[in-house]
Amino acid sequence: MTQEYSAGRYYPGELLREDRMPHIWCPGCGMGSILHGFLNGLHQSGLPLDKVAIVSGIGCAGRVAGYVKLDSFHTTHGRAIPFATGLKLANPELKVIVFSGDGDLVSIGGNHFIHAARRNMDLTVILVNNFTYGMTGGQFGPTTPLDARTATSRYGSYEPTFNVPNLAEASGAVYIARWTALHLRQMEQSFTEALHKKGFSLVEVISPCPTLYGRMNRQPRGLDQMKYYQQNSIIQHGADTRTVGIELNGKITVGKFIDIERPAYTDIKTRVYEKAFAPKPAAPAKTTAEASSK
Amino acid sequence: MSSRKSLSGDFFITGDVACAEGAISAGCRFFAGYPITPATEIAERMSERQPEIGGTYIQMEDEIASMNAILGASWAGVKAMTATSGPGFSLMMENLGLGVMLETPCVLVNVQRAGPSTGLPTLAGQGDMMQARWGSHGHYSIIALCPDSPQEMYQLAIKAFDLSEKYRTPVLIMADEVVGHMSEKVTIPPPEEIKTLPRRKPAVPPEKYLPYVPDADLVPPMANAGEGYHFHVTGLTHDERGYPLMTAEAQDKLIRRLVNKIDKNQDDIIMLKEDWLDDAEVVVCSYGISARIGKFAVERARAEGIKAGMLRLITAWPFPENRIRQLSKKVKAFIVPEINCGQIALEVERCSSGRASTILVPHMGGGVHQPHTIIEAIRKALK
Ligand code: SF4
Repeated sequence: MTQEYSAGRYYPGELLREDRMPHIWCPGCGMGSILHGFLNGLHQSGLPLDKVAIVSGIGCAGRVAGYVKLDSFHTTHGRAIPFATGLKLANPELKVIVFSGDGDLVSIGGNHFIHAARRNMDLTVILVNNFTYGMTGGQFGPTTPLDARTATSRYGSYEPTFNVPNLAEASGAVYIARWTALHLRQMEQSFTEALHKKGFSLVEVISPCPTLYGRMNRQPRGLDQMKYYQQNSIIQHGADTRTVGIELNGKITVGKFIDIERPAYTDIKTRVYEKAFAPKPAAPAKTTAEASSK
Repeated sequence: MSSRKSLSGDFFITGDVACAEGAISAGCRFFAGYPITPATEIAERMSERQPEIGGTYIQMEDEIASMNAILGASWAGVKAMTATSGPGFSLMMENLGLGVMLETPCVLVNVQRAGPSTGLPTLAGQGDMMQARWGSHGHYSIIALCPDSPQEMYQLAIKAFDLSEKYRTPVLIMADEVVGHMSEKVTIPPPEEIKTLPRRKPAVPPEKYLPYVPDADLVPPMANAGEGYHFHVTGLTHDERGYPLMTAEAQDKLIRRLVNKIDKNQDDIIMLKEDWLDDAEVVVCSYGISARIGKFAVERARAEGIKAGMLRLITAWPFPENRIRQLSKKVKAFIVPEINCGQIALEVERCSSGRASTILVPHMGGGVHQPHTIIEAIRKALK
């Protein structure tokens, strides 16, 4: 059943599982704003909701699947992308969204992330990056800025960091945008665009985790981190993704970095199959000479 | 008439190819896999056949991804399968558990080779039988089938899909390298003679649908994504709405049902092949390729005048406890040849509870039993 598309905001009863409120996120966490932004972006996309499915992994951001009134799957840690891949390929009519965190998608699930981008699998990935493993108590991960303190980097993190947009671009994503939890309108717009983009689209949202990451890095309230975003975000559409890495207390480059065309996985596959299964042209009739030489 | 779309007739093919064809006959239209000896030929066959029949073949980046992809495909309403061997089977274990928890029909084939670790990649083993039962964390029940021939690879692939739909669970086909790689005659019936079970669909409209309200047999009907049900499912412990519920009571209710839907239906699930059991004093109990050699040994023993019988486990899990219990009251011994250091033998011993003795005939892997090792065990058992 196709639902009527109307411009403007979503109303909560339409898209939120209200019977699951209150949610589990901490006061000051960025997840609430991002979910709200996503639902507006989804509403504005006009996609028929019966044909939209959402898949999450494990972690604070991974809880999104449980709050959204869509066919929604809360899977295992790191594995939302391959689950979503199966769902999408088995029913290409579906719009499949992966909504999860940085640890889930680029640490334990990093292999799936790069391969889905390489294939240009038709998925929209929303990656909430709070620089830490929130659900387990704030340990460092592959997105934790150097020198940041976490539950397992008490003296400062000493591991080099993934630049997520650059990783995605190098792997083959066709749409990459980054915002912070502060950039509500821009984020909504990017969600809508990503949902309409064929192929592997990624929206990274930098999000406050006051309870853990913020507390250990002198930004103990959600507001502190929002102020940091406000003072340090630089909007630069089309920025070279090699330059958008994030340092501790450094500038955060946001914007739409990549929006290119590249055949999606299924397009290439269909082309190959069509060629392989095309009716063969009739063999030319044998000449008398050929026939008699046998 | 046989066409590429639906093959039928007699073929001389390997067990791996027969397994792929069985899955196709069952309606499997999604295969995700990763190359691994000795199961690769299943993926190869599927990569050729699925495009011919409008299905999907995808080669994933690893076995973890393959397992998840078939779960996703199943939730889109498509019958889905993956195939692997030991190392890949280990990688699939976590998400086999997700399949159990979400109650997702799908089929996972393990063409067993000798392990642990890389072991003997091209040679036979049966060392994953306990892993099949207990490999994912937590407590659950599972269905595992053990084909002993290419023909049975074909038939059990169909059966595995039927059981997975009927009980909404991943079903394991626990083959072995010999059965996977041997070529024999395989008869594929015409499509109109193949009956398969459809998915168990909800009988209520979307607004009334709760994903985990079971029918009388403890299995809940299943909505697919994209049908307007807007359901939620999670690997967390959940209630009948599919919503997470972090209590011991919810855990108790859910896990009891997940276990009971298999265990309490075991009479329907379990398949055994019995030969000469009526007057048997000693019973060879085995599965897969080891059972074929076991049967040969029993025939030899009979020729010597020994009252030997054969019990072949077509279903290894759930374990046929009741049948072993019954037999243990009248036979002297069970002889259990298997290509490991004793896995199914432990179950036989448990169920016979000392009423009959259990004699393991182990093989460390890399080959199959010499029949005389089993015949000697039969003779000894009666001394
Ligand atoms: S731990 Fe951090 S990321 Fe998780 S809900 Fe709390 S504030 Fe948000």
